[in-house]
Amino acid sequence: MTYIVKPKLRHPGLPTNKLGFTHRDYEGSISTLCAGCGHDSISAALIQACFELDIEPHRVAKMSGIGCSSKTPDYLLGNSHGFNSVHGRMPSVLTGANLANRDLIYLGVSGDGDSASIGLGQFAHCVRRGINMVYICENNGVYGLTKGQFSATADRGSKSKAGGLNMDSAIDLVSLALILGATFVARSFSGDRRQLVPIIKAAISHKGGAVIDVISPCVQFNNHAGSTKSFDFVREHNEAVNRLDLITPREAIAVDYAPGTVETVTQHDGSVLKLAKLHEDYDPRDRIAAMKYLQERHAAGEIVTGLLYLEAETEDIHAHLNTVATPLNQLQESDLCPGASALEKINDSYRA
Amino acid sequence: MPQPIEATNDFVVKFANVNGSGSASANELFAKCVLLKGVPVATRNIFPSNIQGLPTWYEVRVSAAGWLGRRGGVDLMVAMNPQTWDKDVASIDAGGYLVYDSTKPLPASKFREDLSVIGIPLTEICNRTYTDARQRQLFKNILYVGGLASLLGIEPAIVEGAIAAQFKGKDKLIAPNVQAFRLGYDYAELHLAGACALKVASADGVGDRIFIAGNDAAALGCVYGGATVAAWYPITPSTSLAEAFSAHCRKLRVDPETKQNKFAIVQAEDEIAAIGMVIGASWNGARAFTATSGPGISLMQEFFGLAYFAEIPAVIFDIQRGSPSTGMPTRTQQSDVLLCAYASHGDTKHVLIFPKDPGEAFEFAALSFDLAERLQTPIFVMSDLDIGMNDWLCAPLAWDDSRRYDRGKIMTAEELEAGKSFGRYLDVDGDAIPYRTLPGVHPTKGAYFTRGSSHDRFAKYSEEGAVYVDNMQRLLRKLETAKTMVPQPVRLPAKRATRFGAIYYGSTSVAMDEALASLEAQDLHLDTLRIRAFPFSEEVSAFVDAHDQIFVVEQNRDAQMQKLLVNECAIDPARFISILHYDGTPITARFITGAIAERMKPLLSRAA
Repeated sequence: MTYIVKPKLRHPGLPTNKLGFTHRDYEGSISTLCAGCGHDSISAALIQACFELDIEPHRVAKMSGIGCSSKTPDYLLGNSHGFNSVHGRMPSVLTGANLANRDLIYLGVSGDGDSASIGLGQFAHCVRRGINMVYICENNGVYGLTKGQFSATADRGSKSKAGGLNMDSAIDLVSLALILGATFVARSFSGDRRQLVPIIKAAISHKGGAVIDVISPCVQFNNHAGSTKSFDFVREHNEAVNRLDLITPREAIAVDYAPGTVETVTQHDGSVLKLAKLHEDYDPRDRIAAMKYLQERHAAGEIVTGLLYLEAETEDIHAHLNTVATPLNQLQESDLCPGASALEKINDSYRA
Repeated sequence: MPQPIEATNDFVVKFANVNGSGSASANELFAKCVLLKGVPVATRNIFPSNIQGLPTWYEVRVSAAGWLGRRGGVDLMVAMNPQTWDKDVASIDAGGYLVYDSTKPLPASKFREDLSVIGIPLTEICNRTYTDARQRQLFKNILYVGGLASLLGIEPAIVEGAIAAQFKGKDKLIAPNVQAFRLGYDYAELHLAGACALKVASADGVGDRIFIAGNDAAALGCVYGGATVAAWYPITPSTSLAEAFSAHCRKLRVDPETKQNKFAIVQAEDEIAAIGMVIGASWNGARAFTATSGPGISLMQEFFGLAYFAEIPAVIFDIQRGSPSTGMPTRTQQSDVLLCAYASHGDTKHVLIFPKDPGEAFEFAALSFDLAERLQTPIFVMSDLDIGMNDWLCAPLAWDDSRRYDRGKIMTAEELEAGKSFGRYLDVDGDAIPYRTLPGVHPTKGAYFTRGSSHDRFAKYSEEGAVYVDNMQRLLRKLETAKTMVPQPVRLPAKRATRFGAIYYGSTSVAMDEALASLEAQDLHLDTLRIRAFPFSEEVSAFVDAHDQIFVVEQNRDAQMQKLLVNECAIDPARFISILHYDGTPITARFITGAIAERMKPLLSRAA
């Protein structure tokens, strides 16, 4: 609960990263979510990813909308500024923040109600614009805070805890992201930290919009038989197409995989993604094939996870808008105000 | 037949055209010619929500006295639109003039006996001269400008100079336009000498004033005020503000060396996203704004509440238009006053500022960023279509190079490092304005969590009643601080002591100026107060207290400013008399004069 202050004591032997920070330096307030909530696992994965990437916590801005998922930025990176905005509108607030300061790392945390229902429009337009950010949708198919209504990602035919059947077809954010031109698209499972952490790390190092749909079971309202977002169902139907490893530019690349089983992709920042193929034919750099594969496997009842699509050479909205390298919020009055003599000339142009 | 109206440098010309016929540039050319004669004009474009085919009007008030509002009435009508002919002809003052295309004969019933009817065979001359259909159409407009120049006594050299200025950069268009002008001018010289007793005589009434639309001026104010992020969604009549900002930035804000932009402009997917981006950018320390109109303000409500409660700067230009709903998108009103003052759910109250013309639109635009950052709250610049989309004659825009941006209370990394204590919602200075930090400021100090849910002085989530009340009370106190920072009202005493007052604001001001002079000529005296901001400073209630009866002149149905005064200053509503004009056209001096005189005279005689 929030009124419990997290103890500041830490074990002296905790491992540190290159910045000298321990894991604890990346934590936030104590979670107020239900015990066993998938979202807490995602927070833990985010903390681990930031720790392992040696990110200075204060260089991250955490943004969210409204809902259980959107509360989670409070539970990680306590030395980062956070912004819990309004329902479904995290993408626009994050876009504005990004325009103001291109130098921070932007972490957008949302949920399926927040992104696929009320915020579907903002999700779509944010993806279209290519905002340099990590967009995580903590997807449990249900409205948790209002106690168990279906969300727009609930599969047709899935059953609510109260026994109701969902008759509406589901919105798949991964497929949408692919159609809308996202340059990094992944799906993972909150219960598979080994898969999730490298995906988050790769997403952070991706220059552009990185969309990660994380199936994150709601232990309270959507973890029963008949749900397609329960721990059991996801474990049973999870089909990972690849295993990912991220090598930062500082690390040496050891090539010791059998040819054809591992593919390496160099990203814009020099980091290298090692992709161990689990499905021989899956090519995460072919957008159209990815869309076809997802549709086929979905029809077969599988939940496809892994790094589903990646465009390594990308540019973001700042390139599109041709903004200066200095963050706009650091420009000084002398950079911005043309001054009185320029105004005299302007006045002249408005005289008859 | 009444005497034809005789007037020099004081009359109203109205053009009735079909939208999309190319009339706008010809009509503007006419207005510029009058300005070049040194005579002030006030122009009003009354246009439809349409690209082609619907009726449109352009009104040119010629006024040596320098009245910049609409006067009301029409002395000379250029009737070019058969669809609106009957109403246009009916709207001319008795003794006025009707200029029309006399190519095809019209039955006598289509005219009025009390008018001077001046026919120019525009179509015939064009068809004789031009073979291209588009040229025939476009040059017809220039032709009537030629006819008017002759009738009103504007020298050809003036018009030719104006044509050259208008087509600067497209020089090959100059000669054909001059030719068309000459065709009209020569026809009128030959056939219509002495037909019109309205004259434009050379004067020295314009001086160094500029002729600019409010949206254009406001956009320049945003450039000067240091705005770097603009997010907007197209909506009449605010679109031209965002587009002008873009145009000015391309000229004034591109780094000369790298050719990169010191600005970011995003056309958002809707108004909700636009205000979201503004709030995100402002939260992160950029000066950001959006421009919209009533329907956009309606959509942005939830975000206004967030910015108010979480205390995030934001600048919103509301270019008001005819409402409610889609209303009259291309007509003017002042009908968003209450909507903006109390925008969003729950107990909120916002800072509004009311420019009266493009000059103040520039000044207040630049000021709004200082206010937003100082007060850490949304600032609404309450313009309207009349100010925003019409060219107004106003004093040259001015900037004081010694002026510095007020970035408000932003705690720096150095201050944090030096151990200055930081509580995001802590009132350390007694003005109810807390300090904020910008994301990324310091590795271990100054980070906080921004939320629209209830929070304590250190930005921690809290559902405790006392904590919530403490915060809400501070927000009220912050508005008290705001009263001292916003533009103060302008009080003008009547020439004689009077117990009558008049309150007005925004675009009503120019018509009010003329109305007050007319009322004074009728021995009706009123002290006036022009409101320039909400929340109201003490001077507003002092003005009300000093008068028995106060006219509140505004352009909406429900007397919104008056209600705000009653509500906020605890005033007996009986003290107020509403003077309301809300048909979508800009309020006129004649309307105000008539409405106030009608109510004031009985009150005076009763008292006497």
